[in-house]
Amino acid sequence: MVALLPVYVVWNPDRTRKGEIDMEQVREREQSTGVVQWIAANLARLLISLIVPVVTFVVMWQGFVFLRGGAAPKPVVATVAIIWGVGGVAALFVLSNWLVEQLPLKWTAALRPFVFVGPAMVILTWYLVLPTLRTFYFSFFNAQSTKFVGLENYIFALTDSAMLESFRNNLIWLVVGTGLSVVFGLLIAILADRSRFEVIAKSLIFLPMAISFVGAGVIWRFIYFYKPVGAEQIGLLNAFVVSLGGQPQAWLTLRPWNTLFLVAIMIWLNTGYAMVLLSAALKGVPAELLEAGRIDGANEAQIFFGIIIPYIQGTIVTVATTILIGCLKIFDIVFVMTNGNYGTEVMASQFYKQMFKFQNFGRGGAVAIILLIAVIPVMIYNLRQFREREAF
Amino acid sequence: MGRKTSLSGILVNGALLLIVLIWTVPTLGLLVSSFRGQEAVRDTGWWTAKPAELTLSNYDQVLGGKEYADPTLPGGVAKGENMSNAFLNSLTVTVPSTVIPILIAAFAAYGFAWMKFPGRKVLFVIVVALLVVPLQIALIPILRDYMQLNLTGTFLAIWLAHTGFGLPLATYLLFNYISSLPRDILESAFIDGASHFTIFLRLILPLSVPALASFAIFQFLWVWNDLLVALVFIGSRPEVAVLTQRLQDMTGSRGQDWHLLTAGAFVTMAVPLLVFFALQRYFVRGLLAGSVKG
Amino acid sequence: MKKQLFALLSLLVLTSLALAACGGGAAPAPAQAPAGNKPLAGKKVSVFGVAADEQARLFQKEFDAFTERTGINVEYEGNKDFETLVLVRIEGGNAPDIAQFAQPGLVADFVKKGKVIDLYSWMDKAYLQKQFKQGYLDMGTANGKLAGIWHNVDVKSLVWYPKAAFDAKGYKIPQTWDEMIALSDQIVKDGGTPWCIGIESAGATGWVGTDWIEDIMLRTTTPENYDKWTRGELKFSSPEVKNAFDIMSKVWFNPKYVYGGTPTILTTGFGDAPKPLFENPPKCWLHRQASFIKNFFPKDAVYGKDYAYFYLPPIDPKYGKPVLTSGSISVMFNDRPEVREVMKFLATGESMKVEAQAGVGLAPHNDADLAWYPDEGTRGFAKILADATVARFDGSDLMPGAVGAGSFWKGIVDYVQDPTKLDTILTNIDNSWPK
Repeated sequence: MVALLPVYVVWNPDRTRKGEIDMEQVREREQSTGVVQWIAANLARLLISLIVPVVTFVVMWQGFVFLRGGAAPKPVVATVAIIWGVGGVAALFVLSNWLVEQLPLKWTAALRPFVFVGPAMVILTWYLVLPTLRTFYFSFFNAQSTKFVGLENYIFALTDSAMLESFRNNLIWLVVGTGLSVVFGLLIAILADRSRFEVIAKSLIFLPMAISFVGAGVIWRFIYFYKPVGAEQIGLLNAFVVSLGGQPQAWLTLRPWNTLFLVAIMIWLNTGYAMVLLSAALKGVPAELLEAGRIDGANEAQIFFGIIIPYIQGTIVTVATTILIGCLKIFDIVFVMTNGNYGTEVMASQFYKQMFKFQNFGRGGAVAIILLIAVIPVMIYNLRQFREREAF
Repeated sequence: MGRKTSLSGILVNGALLLIVLIWTVPTLGLLVSSFRGQEAVRDTGWWTAKPAELTLSNYDQVLGGKEYADPTLPGGVAKGENMSNAFLNSLTVTVPSTVIPILIAAFAAYGFAWMKFPGRKVLFVIVVALLVVPLQIALIPILRDYMQLNLTGTFLAIWLAHTGFGLPLATYLLFNYISSLPRDILESAFIDGASHFTIFLRLILPLSVPALASFAIFQFLWVWNDLLVALVFIGSRPEVAVLTQRLQDMTGSRGQDWHLLTAGAFVTMAVPLLVFFALQRYFVRGLLAGSVKG
Repeated sequence: MKKQLFALLSLLVLTSLALAACGGGAAPAPAQAPAGNKPLAGKKVSVFGVAADEQARLFQKEFDAFTERTGINVEYEGNKDFETLVLVRIEGGNAPDIAQFAQPGLVADFVKKGKVIDLYSWMDKAYLQKQFKQGYLDMGTANGKLAGIWHNVDVKSLVWYPKAAFDAKGYKIPQTWDEMIALSDQIVKDGGTPWCIGIESAGATGWVGTDWIEDIMLRTTTPENYDKWTRGELKFSSPEVKNAFDIMSKVWFNPKYVYGGTPTILTTGFGDAPKPLFENPPKCWLHRQASFIKNFFPKDAVYGKDYAYFYLPPIDPKYGKPVLTSGSISVMFNDRPEVREVMKFLATGESMKVEAQAGVGLAPHNDADLAWYPDEGTRGFAKILADATVARFDGSDLMPGAVGAGSFWKGIVDYVQDPTKLDTILTNIDNSWPK
């Protein structure tokens, strides 16, 4: 492929070695040839455009086959995977970009964005979009997907008592979980930023994220555990309550507070995430802006709300969006701690039960689609942010 | 940021200390419990632990292999497999699954942020919408496709799956970051005659290191701690089982040995924390630190 | 910069190619080459089940002799998320060769979809009838097709008690339900709490209660009604089922009967529930639970001294001495010669030998030897099973998932939280039955 480099340079009459575009030459060329003549004149260029991708794909396919076979020792396979993955993906981008640049200028401009965005969209389509469409299709059929039942599954999903319970609970998750995670994340980011113990503090707040959900389940079991009066408490919360003279409670069974106790777990887990992103954004606020504010006589609070918050607004929206969507999707915590019992049901665990426990693909599909519909307001808000952006 | 007077410094550090303490207490409970025996864990609170009763038996079983009663063997005790195989498997699954999506998402994020093309808004909105799709809906269709491609049970299968599932978040996070870069940086680059591709490679990528590092950590964590995707696409045969599976397995057929999870959770936590520490300096650094000049 | 980039990329790509050429295409060599007397040597059969950890180990060991004999490699995979995974795998086209279900109700769904191989189509019916009691074959049959054969069974109709202390107090093992209630009253009069009940089980909380109802159903109505109930023909809101709930409530909701009080039923883990039995003096005296609960007893507890069990007594002598069982059934999904060999082996008692010797289950096979069981305790289970006039499988495991692993479990939980809502709860369960 190294040998092809001079070819790349030589066979590209419209481009100088630095990749600049000589507009005059282009206009000349465009005016003097039609399509057929263009093809004839650039036959060699076309051939190379075909051969190079073919060779590259063959090489990548070999890598693919090798990785699929996986017969070599694991470290080798993993290393090749990284090389193939990153190198291959990079090669793919470079190659497609090069290909697109071979085309006439107008085509280049039109196609280049798809070079950038294409691979991601292809993968997303295969892995997520198509399955979603399939689920949408099946949501109009019965459990075995053999009989068309129209909107019956949706009616069920919107009227079933467990589903209504989960709507209410998800709302609690959204509001309390997202709100507090972002607030705590921001608070900690600000405090840590000004503290000597920044790295330690941040690491300790981030620590819960590193614990898998299984581990988090065990940890919080040690907090919420209930033993009857008279027995020794092994749950921290009950030990605390008992030491103050109160009665131990089975926290996770107390409606309607138990959802809040579960949300507490999520806040504990996710604040680290919010903190990481918000901290990076905070550090990006230009010092000059803050200085200017101080010189103008603003106090700390005014600087915070008037300068800092607007500046990192984009990140706050991003963090809030992802956590909010995470709350819509919340499953593991509920599943591990209560399985939706005692009034803690949420949409995602309903989806899981319908799909996998009851093998009802129709109802499961309907619940999933309702989840998607629930995210539309978030999408609209993000779209508005998008609109203000002008691209090149 | 300059250091403030000592009073506000004390306030800040004090508040921080309090918050950190509250945050860490639950984990502390787990740590203490991991050094206690099965009976102690189930009968008494972890804060009552005395140094004398501490034991390494949980860690021994988690790392070295679980002990089973086996009357047919001389000592009456058999040892199960240790974790090293599962550890290697987890690493093999996680590293490519983290690295591959980053590049793809970075290109896409740049495309959405700074390039004009028809359908730009629609496609982006789709990406955001995909954030909410529960990945369980993809399990059956993808498995079918994998069966036809003969991919099931291979590491490649799971790398591609994690790439697919991680792309929405990656694209979204990187989009936020890349689109907030100052417009004039790109403008001046275009004036200099650079193409989108060059700008991306030589300007955007280096500038985006904080965001790339952030996402890398999250993706690493998520894949490292994942259980379901691994079970479905790669299976639980010993030569490919990942750490999370081995841990779940260890709790016994009916979950009676969950005290082993206490040690298990810490053992599996070690690597993601290492990754966090290694990468955290990249996103602690500021966005514009020394990048824009020239 | 571009030149370097190209050079680097080419180098990477070439390296991949080289590695691919070296490593790719090498198929793993078979463990044994097929030989004359082992025509299927080197073939692999995959078995997927719920048993994990030590039970999985034991299961794998059972195939050692088999693999010696035939050269067929049997790979066992066990996982707690079995229900989800088996569904995904079968629907996704990656079905295991053989799967072991602890819930026959799930199997029925797959039989309906036509994914299960009918064993009667290639196995000798007479041979099967020799190997298994007819009841076991019936429990594995759907629409005239034999969906699977039983691998192991557990007895569920047991009450555990602290033997030494029990005898010391002069208590006698009750032979009827009424005697058991009288015994409970006696214990209360003596200042103790008779029952330990705990049903918390994370995602599956409620199943212990379903066991109680099923045991009571078997003792208060005909086996035919029981079958109708598990098929959905006898509704939950029918008088027979309501009656069973009422009988259970007389034990569960009597404030003096349950250790810790009725609310603790929901919050005490099923594995922790029998603990008070082993205190000195025992904090409770009776614990109704299946045979596997032995694994949760303190390691130093001795059978015959610290604990023993008796058969859960009948309520109405008209209905004999029924026994509630659970177990796992081996179902075949892929038809290949080596898979058939494994199924044939699973139909023999020898396939349960190692597990029986470890005391983790009973073999339903007629050619299993009572001597395999390690102690009196386990042999006692086998005896109860043998003496039963009627044996029926755990009802909630027979019902479709939406009920048996869904609304029935939830119904028990809701019932304990608010017994006055029984009628609504029962109607809800009926409504949740898939059409």
